[in-house]
Amino acid sequence: MDWTIYLYKTIFLIVILLVTLLVAMYSTYAERKVAAFMQDRLGPNRAGIFGLLQPLADGLKMFMKEEIIPLSANKKLFILGPSIAMTTALLTGVVIPWGGTLIIFGREFSLQIADLNIGILYVFAMVSIGVYGIMIGGWASNNKYALLGSIRAASQMISYEIAMGMSIIALILTTGTLSLHEIVIQQHGMHWNIFYQPLGFLIFFICALAETNRAPFDLPECETELIGGYHTEYSSMKLGFYLFSEYVNMFISSAVISTLYFGGYNMPFIDQLGLSANAVTLLGTFFFFLKVFFFIFLFMWIRWTLPRFRYDQLMNLGWKGLMPLAIFNILATGVYYYFTELT
Amino acid sequence: MQALTNKSKMVSDKKMTFLEKIYLPAIVKGMIITIKHFFRKKVTINYPEETREFSKVYRGQHVLKRDEQGRERCTACGLCAVACPAEAITMVAAERKPGEENLYCEEKYAAVYEINMLRCIFCGDCEEACPKEAIFLTDRIVASEYEREPFIYGKDILVEPLDPAKRIDVSARQTENVLKFKQNKRFAHNR
Repeated sequence: MDWTIYLYKTIFLIVILLVTLLVAMYSTYAERKVAAFMQDRLGPNRAGIFGLLQPLADGLKMFMKEEIIPLSANKKLFILGPSIAMTTALLTGVVIPWGGTLIIFGREFSLQIADLNIGILYVFAMVSIGVYGIMIGGWASNNKYALLGSIRAASQMISYEIAMGMSIIALILTTGTLSLHEIVIQQHGMHWNIFYQPLGFLIFFICALAETNRAPFDLPECETELIGGYHTEYSSMKLGFYLFSEYVNMFISSAVISTLYFGGYNMPFIDQLGLSANAVTLLGTFFFFLKVFFFIFLFMWIRWTLPRFRYDQLMNLGWKGLMPLAIFNILATGVYYYFTELT
Repeated sequence: MQALTNKSKMVSDKKMTFLEKIYLPAIVKGMIITIKHFFRKKVTINYPEETREFSKVYRGQHVLKRDEQGRERCTACGLCAVACPAEAITMVAAERKPGEENLYCEEKYAAVYEINMLRCIFCGDCEEACPKEAIFLTDRIVASEYEREPFIYGKDILVEPLDPAKRIDVSARQTENVLKFKQNKRFAHNR
């Protein structure tokens, strides 16, 4: 390890941070466009061509707004809430393999910041800390709606994390590793995990929807009954951070889904093209982002199709539906491998 | 019991089948519907750039007409103000001085004629009440403003331009039938 590696990692870290923020920024734009198109409208089209400058205008507006901290709020926690939400959302991108390895001047540069051998666990840890951002924010607001919203968020995320973790256990049974890099390499060619774990993918995807607090699981922030839920009292860029972290989360969970189940940066028929190693890597990264964008679109598509769940339906689905299903999935996978290993 | 409407449907609380219970086929069906709408032609009309096609007798911003020689037709009789259900019209009458015959049709004219566009309900009663064919509603849209003050339109906005080429066309609202109707006050039955 010499200084070039450190320099490279620092630059790459900043690039990933910026890309994440950029994608999240334009997800807000895409969200509004997709919503509009699905409702036969045009969506934002005034700021710049096709309204492409809309996210910038929105961000500027957020910064210009008056910042209000309620008198009865706990000031420190009130500020801490959105910071945690945003930080944890951004931290997850570190372990995701954005691409293969670039070879420049005979040196290898991996397009992954940290290849943790417990990458999946790291993702889960960060996601579960993200709950605290919402909980603390809702609690510190000293507002009934915010508190109700944060309670809902906490219980929802905890319940769905169980089913999510269990669907991952089944995946780990097939891959035999917790490192995201290893998992992607194993899926080379068309050996995508979706073909081995279709049920696991379904459970994981539903749980990812719930984890990112998106419709149909957007109970913590349902406007109609909770006036925005945990961010009722927030204004200005603190509100912006909460809303923005949701989009960062969406981007990251799309990336995790495509890494775990859809082969990450692997492209089908890449070996037959006969390209140089660097071209393959760059093409792989491009393809990875295509997958990610498809999943972001899928998230939005679902949001603008399905109505919100009722609270008891949500809990029923989580505990009585997905959890037994996930356990069954583990069992089935285990039994399968038990018998195939024997022969 | 006789049904009150033919649109009513029988509902049942039968047990759902397995496929219905897992909801996934229904969700996929719904998503197909939304994606179809995604590619459908949009119904939005980009207002300032393009406008909806109006009916020929659309009732929009008023115009105070001039006659063929370019004289204001309005004589400040006040019938439009009386007819106005929203009380949006106010006027101050004045006497025509010698030498102003080329400006005003008759001896009396409206020195001030104001319509409050926020009060106006665009019913067209002023037009119907006018004995001098002076006020008409046109197919122009009242522009939006940031303050309340500019919505009180004075004569500077309401009276049509002197230039014959720039006159406001109200022929659609001034047909033979309308004239006949206005002359026969028996038909003004809505009072």
